[in-house]
Amino acid sequence: MADGRNITKKIGALEFAVLSPSELRKMSATKVITADTYDDDGFPITMGLMDQRLSVIEPGLRCKTCGLKVGKDKCPGHFGHIDLAMPVVHVGFVKTIRNSLRATCRRCGRVLLPEKEAKRQRETILKNVADGRDNGYIFKSIISQATKLDACPRCANPVGKIDLDKPTSFRENGKKLTPTEIREWLEKIPDEDLELIDINVKAARPEWMILTVLPVPPVTVRPSVTLESGERSEDDLTHKLVDVIRINQRLQENRDAGAPQLIVEDLWELLQYHVTTYLDNQTSGIPPARHRSGRPLKTLAQRLKGKEGRFRSNLSGKRVNFSARTVISPDPNLSINDIGVPIEIARELTMPVHVTPANLEWCKQIVSQTAEGEKVPVYRPHVNYVKRYREGIEQRIKVSEKNAVETAEKLEVGYVIERQLMDGDIALFNRQPSLHRMSMMAHRVRVFPNRSFRFNLSDCPPYNADFDGDEMNLHILQSEEAKAEAEILMKVQENILSPRFGGVIIGGLHDHISGCFLLTYKDRKFNKEETSTLLSSFKYKGKMPEPDDNGMVFGRDIISVLLPKDITVEYKAKACFHCEACEAPNCPNGAYVIIKNGRLKQGIIDENSIGSFKGRIIERIIRDHGTTAGREFIDSVTRLGISVVTIVGFTTSIDDEDIPPEAKRQIEESLLKAQKKINSLVQAYENKELESLPGRSLEETLEMEIMRVTGRARDMAGEVASKYLGMNNSAVIMAKSGARGSMLNLSQMSGCVGQQAVRGERISRGYKYRTLPHFKKGDLGASAKGFVANSYKSGLNPTEYFFHSMGGREGLVDTAVRTSRSGYMQRRLVNALEDLKVESDGTVRHTGGEIIQFIYGEDGIDPSRSINGKPIDLDRIIYEVKQEG
Amino acid sequence: MATKKPEPKKKTAPKPKPAPKKAVPPPKAKPEQPKTKKTPEKPASKPVKPKSAASVKAAKELAKKKIEAPPVERKMIPRPEKEKEPAEYTDLRDDVKKILKDRFLPISIIDGIVEWILKDKKLHPKLKIIVEKALEDFTHNQIDPTEACGMVAAQSIGEPGTQMTMRTFHYAGVAEINVTLGLPRLIEIVDARSTPSTPMMNIYLRDEYRVNPDLAKEIANKIEITRLTDVADIEMDLVNITLTIKPNAKTMEKKSITLEEILDKVSNVKKVSAAKEKETIKVTLDDPGYKALQNINESLKNLKIKGIDGIKRVIIRKEPNEGYVIYSEGSNLKEVLDIDGVDPYRTTTNDIHAIARELGIEAARNMIIQEAFSTLSEQGLNVDMRHIMLVADVMSADGTVRAIGRHGVSGEKSSVLSRAAFEITVNHLLLASQRGESDTLNGVAENIIVGQPVNLGTGAIELVMSHKKQKQKGK
Repeated sequence: MADGRNITKKIGALEFAVLSPSELRKMSATKVITADTYDDDGFPITMGLMDQRLSVIEPGLRCKTCGLKVGKDKCPGHFGHIDLAMPVVHVGFVKTIRNSLRATCRRCGRVLLPEKEAKRQRETILKNVADGRDNGYIFKSIISQATKLDACPRCANPVGKIDLDKPTSFRENGKKLTPTEIREWLEKIPDEDLELIDINVKAARPEWMILTVLPVPPVTVRPSVTLESGERSEDDLTHKLVDVIRINQRLQENRDAGAPQLIVEDLWELLQYHVTTYLDNQTSGIPPARHRSGRPLKTLAQRLKGKEGRFRSNLSGKRVNFSARTVISPDPNLSINDIGVPIEIARELTMPVHVTPANLEWCKQIVSQTAEGEKVPVYRPHVNYVKRYREGIEQRIKVSEKNAVETAEKLEVGYVIERQLMDGDIALFNRQPSLHRMSMMAHRVRVFPNRSFRFNLSDCPPYNADFDGDEMNLHILQSEEAKAEAEILMKVQENILSPRFGGVIIGGLHDHISGCFLLTYKDRKFNKEETSTLLSSFKYKGKMPEPDDNGMVFGRDIISVLLPKDITVEYKAKACFHCEACEAPNCPNGAYVIIKNGRLKQGIIDENSIGSFKGRIIERIIRDHGTTAGREFIDSVTRLGISVVTIVGFTTSIDDEDIPPEAKRQIEESLLKAQKKINSLVQAYENKELESLPGRSLEETLEMEIMRVTGRARDMAGEVASKYLGMNNSAVIMAKSGARGSMLNLSQMSGCVGQQAVRGERISRGYKYRTLPHFKKGDLGASAKGFVANSYKSGLNPTEYFFHSMGGREGLVDTAVRTSRSGYMQRRLVNALEDLKVESDGTVRHTGGEIIQFIYGEDGIDPSRSINGKPIDLDRIIYEVKQEG
Repeated sequence: MATKKPEPKKKTAPKPKPAPKKAVPPPKAKPEQPKTKKTPEKPASKPVKPKSAASVKAAKELAKKKIEAPPVERKMIPRPEKEKEPAEYTDLRDDVKKILKDRFLPISIIDGIVEWILKDKKLHPKLKIIVEKALEDFTHNQIDPTEACGMVAAQSIGEPGTQMTMRTFHYAGVAEINVTLGLPRLIEIVDARSTPSTPMMNIYLRDEYRVNPDLAKEIANKIEITRLTDVADIEMDLVNITLTIKPNAKTMEKKSITLEEILDKVSNVKKVSAAKEKETIKVTLDDPGYKALQNINESLKNLKIKGIDGIKRVIIRKEPNEGYVIYSEGSNLKEVLDIDGVDPYRTTTNDIHAIARELGIEAARNMIIQEAFSTLSEQGLNVDMRHIMLVADVMSADGTVRAIGRHGVSGEKSSVLSRAAFEITVNHLLLASQRGESDTLNGVAENIIVGQPVNLGTGAIELVMSHKKQKQKGK
């Protein structure tokens, strides 16, 4: 861990190049000639694949090259090499080899361009490089020009036609080119011509792409596993290397013994196959090399590639220590900043504390506390480890119940203790998929019994969490800088305003909204006792709101207690009926909220006031009074809401959807009317009397018309139903206040479910000319095409149920497809935009320096500070100026 | 056809390109049609000073073109005139500017202030206070330096993706035309597909064409593609090896096509001679044969009589405050703009590449913004304009429309490691080694790979506190 003691160096740049055969030999620890790993005694064979000079994997053994062990001081591993009897082509470079062959002369090795032209091209390439432009088009044109030539412009040698046969073999004018020939050809290309075929002389020579030496990666790269039975199981790479060496040996023997050309060539090709699959086992055109079990081997390219490859799985993302994961559950009594951590987890995760003169006593006490062990009624943090540094070397002492007191006494300034979690520690909390930065926020730890993480319900929207078995992760920060940053930038309260649209995403939900609705709807009053219960729910310490003559307190005065004194807003509540003639300030339904100087004058407090995504009051409080005030408001108002709901009583059940027989009759009537209308439409269609809509066929017109009629029928049923479900119905209160559900849900439950659709059309597939065998062939009527006339409450008949399931299935498939598609889109977006930042001069640049925008967003405004997208809240400024007189 | 005359190829040069900052054409002088389609980016598109990188590049390119290509002869369509502002408006704005001196406020805010004051004259004496307050708020709401705005933009657009519908077809605005919406459309925009899956145009008309239904209909007929089988039946005579084209008078009239026009088109077909015979056209083959007859029959069926390639269907609608507007299924911006009566300043297509070709990269950028924004807001998702702008600017920064993904922006990154970590890992590594590339570790992905702090946000600050000095001060 970097704790200032060892300042780390910064990597300036990474350079990529091709290793030359001589370099390979130079860096090789040993030549590998034996196609075997261990001898009969289980000892690594010298010059075998597990040679101890290629580093070791067993703990305790020392590497024969550097003398280091695997454990602490870590031998980095050393490469060996295999001398290939005959050269083979490197699969990854076949395209470059092909281009090099096509673009150069076989005899003189020069690029097939006249001297002057070559010079000119070289200059353009240099210029392009200087300007940071792409040279691809030049290389392409050189090759395409060269292939059209008949003879080399320099030595007049005829130019052959080069073909690439699938993975690795080349033909010139139909005659096979052996790798040896290719290598000789490529060797002839002079350095100055290489830049014309996209090869950097400083990094590579084309002949190096024909392998004569194969590097053998260190043992640490391909460790063998010892199974329970004592058997050794080798890594895939080792298996493949065994194959390469074996064939290489046979090839050498045969060639040396003067075997027939045919046999040598066969073996040569086999060696090529093994080297190819060793490099990339998914090369198209050749069968992948398989394990004995039939599983394709994971060779070099497969190790790097894809989601499970080295890059994405081990380099871009890493497994970490000091983290925990468990099921989540809600806890309305916690602040939105808090996270309830189970004791078991708190005892395991630690935070480093540097022992200083100032905290020495405290540290000693906490170390000695460890002696009390698990058997204590209340949780107190213990210490798991004490670290001390002797001459820069870290020593870690495990603190146990037995040695706790003794260790505590020995504690000195400069030590570091690894203390268990305690209340108030800062930790990062995260839920996957982490789609935006609010998916990982900093919370304050509070240690609790039981085994789940708990947090305030209001934190659900940013994490997109629910409690149907979701699990979440907790990370404990290990440095002071990290803790400070998390505290300032990542705490939940700092993320109440979303950078996506500048509105709140943490606010009241469900019962909180129902509660506040009940509190403020229709001038509800509470007696003294109730009022004090409500006020105490958020530990109110001020003056009681003024009661009226009967000693009753208005609900709106109770909620006003939470509002800052200078807040003045007016807006429409969610409960707005969208009447045709809006009487805005004097809304008879109480849907116009007026807050003046921190007092709720009128209106209903609902989703538009305190809800997540909409809460106007929360937004205003945060903008004016900062995030702490905003957090306190959310904490209090949610508690108040719950308290109201418990005092007033709020429940919903199936009989909330009961409607009187009169209503049922009305619904039936309107459905019948719709039915008739559809029948007449079908009739008109069959008699060819239907007027088609412009640009639509008759069938399409009919479908569109029927969809309209069925849609209206459902709405009508809904209207009737909602007419009979009044505002004293809990389900309606939830829908109107925005707490949960919608009027559509309600009308489907009590009125009529409506038309079921698949791909936006009425259900039309199934049997020949009909959807189900229950209907006549060619029936175009409502019920035969998926109209569900029943309500959820009255129950669906079998055909309706079937159609409903079809619609439901489409929804499920849709979700499954959508998540993968949008996930990939987001990955691409992130990859394309991750390097952009706002510079100090206000420009947006790529980290490379390229300017993308001269002013961020054309006005330089931070979206999370913007007022609904606008840079400033002008209305408010004007209001303030007017107030000032 | 009049428009078919050998008209020189149109370049962007001769046409006065709308000023880059103006995504919304200014309201015209005529009172009965005050506003065009509401463009969502209106508030953000107003500021004068900011110009995207793309705009500057595009402007330069345009300037170059102007020099290179000599202006071609072409009818100039006058730009719609700007409505004259009342003098008090301009005066007030000057007052605000005087208060501002060299400090900057976006024009949208200045205009907002001016409007407020005109509404309530009592505020005028407090102008200075208002401007100062606005300025204070404006400065306060500025984005912080080193903010990873790209990352935030990507998340802000990507995250709501999960909440969007997959339903490909939907009826937007015009009930009769299918348009791809929701997530598939968003992906299409970000991918910069060469053609959208459901190309569509909104063709606005000029002057009298806009109000006269007959003239509008005429334009619609010029635009919509009409094939021979749409207006006539073809009969095959196997005995004489001839074809007889029997036009349908009713549809001909509807599409205002004459027999001569058909004859003209048919006789242009190769290896065929056509002759008028009363109300029909007789087609004889130059080289008679049954197989040839069949082939000719097939090609005649698809013969284009009238219209523009790619435009399958048009719908004329009367829009309030606007008059007649043509909506088309299929898109061909280049040729539609050439048609007399079409308003080139407002006509749009959802084919972004066509816009980039015909109107320039700046217009394409604006279209990306508009399309992405309307796709998102149609789904009821609220995403700040600035995020979308950033994506559009990244896509258009080098003067061409590049896709977000391995064939575009990501594939052209300078860092080897970043490219390797994204897609096609092995090829990138091999190519880098052959070219001897070096990765200077500027970006985010590279630094994460090597395990260093990234160059964004707090990681971009290199401030070190000396521990010792702090101690001494403390004492």
